[in-house]
Amino acid sequence: MILRAILAGLLSLGVIVALGWAVLERPAPVENLPERVASAMPESGVEHPITAVLLNFRSYDTLLEIAVLLLAVVVALALREAQPDRPEQMGLDNPLLRSVMAWLLPLILVVAGFLLWAGSYQPGGAFQAGSVLAAAGVLLRLAGAHLGWLDNAALLRAGLALGLLTFIGIGMVVMLPGVPFLTYPEAHAGTLILAIELTLTLSIGLTLLSLFRLNPPYADDPDDARTQGGPKP
Amino acid sequence: MSGAISGYLVFAWSGVLLFGLGLFGFIAHRHLLRRLLAFNIMGSGAFLVLVGLAQDGRGVDPVPHAMVITGIVVAVASTALALVVFRRWYRASGRTDLPEDT
Repeated sequence: MILRAILAGLLSLGVIVALGWAVLERPAPVENLPERVASAMPESGVEHPITAVLLNFRSYDTLLEIAVLLLAVVVALALREAQPDRPEQMGLDNPLLRSVMAWLLPLILVVAGFLLWAGSYQPGGAFQAGSVLAAAGVLLRLAGAHLGWLDNAALLRAGLALGLLTFIGIGMVVMLPGVPFLTYPEAHAGTLILAIELTLTLSIGLTLLSLFRLNPPYADDPDDARTQGGPKP
Repeated sequence: MSGAISGYLVFAWSGVLLFGLGLFGFIAHRHLLRRLLAFNIMGSGAFLVLVGLAQDGRGVDPVPHAMVITGIVVAVASTALALVVFRRWYRASGRTDLPEDT
């Protein structure tokens, strides 16, 4: 046990020294990426460089990352156990939290909408807005709301897949004039990016909320599994 | 090399330290939750290195920043997925670590 800790410490120290040396002696970049991004900004359809990289210049990466999110929530859906969903067991169902939520919820939704809209000219965008939306859902859940519409399997699946499907759909529609996948026409780039971001926001928020909600608190004790005929340790 | 401790590199250095700390925790601990935390600390270190190195002399490079922003959301989702798997594992076996670790 102590030997393990000592070895781990030595290895970590070695990695820190090696990484630090790599940071110090890193080669100068051959490409001047900030300049290339800046020169391509006018044709991106948005005014903020990070959003332009995220949804135009490197949108293929973002597409695959959304696919990873969808994959994570699909696996979590497959692994969940059938159990009654009892939000009142969150133990936070009190009148104060409920009335504060009534004030907070509209504010959170406005913030999410602003972040989404602001993404085109300042820091913000689909990922931040989606996370804020998910936070609103988690808060609602902690306050004891049932969110029963999420139990509608068809609706939930459609919502989870909406972002990725819209992304792929728009990426393929723009191929019609004969350009490569995900190459937006300059004139409509801003509108297309906003449409993608809007659906991405909804799907990201729903994904994060589902990952939280799919595992309501229940007795984690393996003894319960034993009485229900589960596998033995 | 001059400018080793200059402003923008502080983030990269902190990231390197966090990565090392996370690696230590990941190896030294056997409890799955501790390992998940350690792995997340490693990930945060990697993000900090990316963000820190992206702002060298010629202004901020937006490409690593865009990578980190998606990376954070993916890290949150994968952490949640890991928690789902851990809970299933604990419920099925009653253990908080992996058998080959003991």
